[in-house]
Amino acid sequence: MSHALIPPAQYSFLGLPTIVISFIITLAGTATFVFLIYKRLVPLFGAAPDNTRLERIPERIVNTLKIWLAQYRQPRYMFAGILHIAIFFGFLILLIRTASLVVIGFWADFGIPGFTSGPYVIIKDYAATIVLIACVIAAVRRGIFTPERYKVPEKYGHDHTKEAVFVLAVISTLMLSESLFEAALIAAEMQKGGHVTYAAPLTLVWIFANLLSETSISALQGTHVISYIVHDICFFFFACFLPFGKHFHVFTSIFNVVFMRLDKGNIKPVQYGISDSQLDELESFGVKKLEDFTWKHMLDFYTCADCGRCSDHCPADAVGRPLSPRFITIKGRDAIFKNYPIFGPKPESALLMEGTYEEDEIWSCTTCGACEQECPLGIEYIDKIVDLRRGMVDEGMVPQTLQKPLKALEKRGNPWGKMEKKRLEWADKEFVKTCEVKSLEKGEEAETLYFVDSISSFDERMQEIARSTSLILDAANVDFGVLGKLERDSGSEVKRFGEEMLFQDLKETNSEAIKESGIKNIVTADPHAYNVLKNDYKDLPPIEHITQVVDRKIREGKLQLNPLEEKDKVYTYHDPCYLGRHNCIYDAPRNAMDAIPGLTRVDMQKCRDRSFCCGGGGLMLFYEPEEETRMGVLRVEMAKKAGADVIVTACPFCLVNMEDAIKVAGMEGSMEAIDFSELIARQLKS
Amino acid sequence: MEILVCVKRVPDNEENEIELNSDGNDIERDDLVYSVNEWDNYAVEEAIQMVDEHGGTVTVVTVGDEESEEVLRREMAMGAEKGILVSDDAFENSDGKGIATILKSVVEKGNYDIIMTGAQADAGAAEVGGMLAAMLDLPYASLVNKIDVAGDKLNVGREVEGGDQEMNEIELPCVLSIQTGINEPRYVGIRGIRKVASVEIPSFSASDLGLASDSVGEAGAQVKKVDYFLPDLGDGAEMLEGSTEEIIDKLIEMLKAKGGLQ
Repeated sequence: MSHALIPPAQYSFLGLPTIVISFIITLAGTATFVFLIYKRLVPLFGAAPDNTRLERIPERIVNTLKIWLAQYRQPRYMFAGILHIAIFFGFLILLIRTASLVVIGFWADFGIPGFTSGPYVIIKDYAATIVLIACVIAAVRRGIFTPERYKVPEKYGHDHTKEAVFVLAVISTLMLSESLFEAALIAAEMQKGGHVTYAAPLTLVWIFANLLSETSISALQGTHVISYIVHDICFFFFACFLPFGKHFHVFTSIFNVVFMRLDKGNIKPVQYGISDSQLDELESFGVKKLEDFTWKHMLDFYTCADCGRCSDHCPADAVGRPLSPRFITIKGRDAIFKNYPIFGPKPESALLMEGTYEEDEIWSCTTCGACEQECPLGIEYIDKIVDLRRGMVDEGMVPQTLQKPLKALEKRGNPWGKMEKKRLEWADKEFVKTCEVKSLEKGEEAETLYFVDSISSFDERMQEIARSTSLILDAANVDFGVLGKLERDSGSEVKRFGEEMLFQDLKETNSEAIKESGIKNIVTADPHAYNVLKNDYKDLPPIEHITQVVDRKIREGKLQLNPLEEKDKVYTYHDPCYLGRHNCIYDAPRNAMDAIPGLTRVDMQKCRDRSFCCGGGGLMLFYEPEEETRMGVLRVEMAKKAGADVIVTACPFCLVNMEDAIKVAGMEGSMEAIDFSELIARQLKS
Repeated sequence: MEILVCVKRVPDNEENEIELNSDGNDIERDDLVYSVNEWDNYAVEEAIQMVDEHGGTVTVVTVGDEESEEVLRREMAMGAEKGILVSDDAFENSDGKGIATILKSVVEKGNYDIIMTGAQADAGAAEVGGMLAAMLDLPYASLVNKIDVAGDKLNVGREVEGGDQEMNEIELPCVLSIQTGINEPRYVGIRGIRKVASVEIPSFSASDLGLASDSVGEAGAQVKKVDYFLPDLGDGAEMLEGSTEEIIDKLIEMLKAKGGLQ
């Protein structure tokens, strides 16, 4: 093929063939890149095993198409999301062109069939143009306006803005040099007459070609070759720069999404491949050193793009607790970089609790899951937090405030140390006159088990939830019973606070009692119990939350509700984390509330999968965190902003936190919190 | 540094609702949950931290029945290396001096630099540490809330009335009774206890320790518990009844009436 300009592969600078320069750049760039990737892979091969990540391939493909390719989670932050989608698709489109360009350095006429002319050329020229525009906007946004969530508090190290803007500049240079390379050729073709390659209007190539139309051929020749070399250097520099920071995600994100967690609600086993009955044989529990993390968790560290969405939604961060999920990841990545240097000997890995993470940081998490819901890259947090807690529990590093309830759970099966025989005190003589509560411990039989769990059994205020739930089940003609003194705490937070062996004990005791009782299905009004029985226990009969039962019974016409007496109040529903995010039950409680004639319901701005944690349940009630305000206080303020007078929740822990928060916020009289079961029980048609 | 910590298995006041028994001479002990005396637990933690820093071993000893082995295992799960169970029917109903006599014979079988006890246990007598020191003719510091090792001596802090702090130099070997709050005891999980489940714990009887049967137990006790009851309500006491709001209203009314509130 004849060329209007000498292609780089045939050009010489002062006697030095450009092909030699291309060769050196390609060889050095490729070798460095391979070496760096190898170095970054080393810690992953020394990490804890996780053999589940290659299972369930069809689900993984769907996830990858949705979350990685379709960038499904990006528009949750609309502006940043659109910019990212522009750059992401631009990259994908330009990948073919960039690969071809590298080869063109040696072989002037190289082209991948189907991609040398026609629609691809037009598309990639627009892609480059859009990427450049997106980069400029992103740089201005990041460098000048800097949204709050990108700020780095002093204790977490240096600001990342420079790195971000620098990378945007490198990407822009890639776009500009690629376009100049092509535009110089087109300008030369225009001057020489004959065939002129088509440049799509308003693309960078089109703009440059028009600007260069009067330029001398020799200057065009220089521009052509120099922009080629600039592009080549920039490309390999970019590839080799990626593994040093947050832009590694350009390379790792697809793997991270392919291998991302598929299940919701459950907690990872102490060690993959070790069954519950083998736990006693393990030398050590949980994550103590960097290498105790699984390879996928290390890949998470590499993949974090530092977008700050996790921390933006983290309730612990919002109330000033010493936890910001973003820095769990960034500190983890820094630890890998420090422990696995590119050059030089590998230092001994220190304990993570001595230098990397703080104890209070790790105890501050309520495991609400807002961070994981938001992460566009599928990074996990809860499993890491629980693994770190397991390590601390194993070393005896447990705050004094948590030791007492844990010991009480061990001895009495509930965190308050109440007597087992008092588990059924909520069903007092007066109550059982109106509503039969079968006691399965005494050999009575029932179809359904109502699993009450500790707080609704023992806390005087929350016992109202137990009674309301019983009334609802009774009204819906559900043949139900309770385990009474045979019931133990479900252990939801025992597991999530890292005391795995105690959880195993509670699980075994409960599972045995449930199986012995001969019931066919389980109902609970406590989302934490619902979640742990459903997702962490094994082989139990099917379980439903009371909101699901009510929704179903209303639809079946088996439950009728009276119209609301006080119609002037506005209700809002607060999604409990363990019902919503962890189990995707959003509509059942809303449908049931909407079935009450005369009830006005509004949603808070943060609702459904963006619900804001009330402050946490179970053992979190005992933990005394450093914080500036309470999560519950922020939440009741959100309810007020939504114009609500009544917060309806469907979790006893939410209710504890909301009622406290209403008092702390001084909103008594203007705001009210009740449980879903109480609301429904109040409206039951007798 | 060889440290012996004396621990006791007591009803756990966190996990129990204490009631008097029907005879009225003791608390109802069926259905009670027992654990290690809280003060003793702080003493063991302190001993472990000292040994971690300065080397040596921590031994825990308890006087009690077979079930007391449970508290030894819990303290061994914390990090105490050795446990000694001292158990004999002859020890039953020992008074404080009897317990101190038994512990003295245990101390003499070993070679300890420091002997620690909790400042007090469930009976609240706070007597064993002092008696033990006197019997052994060793220096003694009570209510210790800080320990610094200074060569072959210790600097020990004591909590003094009103929250004042006092520092004392004390020679080794010595006896210390430990106050709560001296440290933050580590957590012992089920896993930790299982790890030490099979460690052999030697058990000594009265004859192993060469104790005369009339020096300990009921026979040796010069202090005997004769009664146990909730004091009758005095005339001055009035229990307010009703809901919390009602109680508050009544209280405010009474305080106003008596001039306590303006």
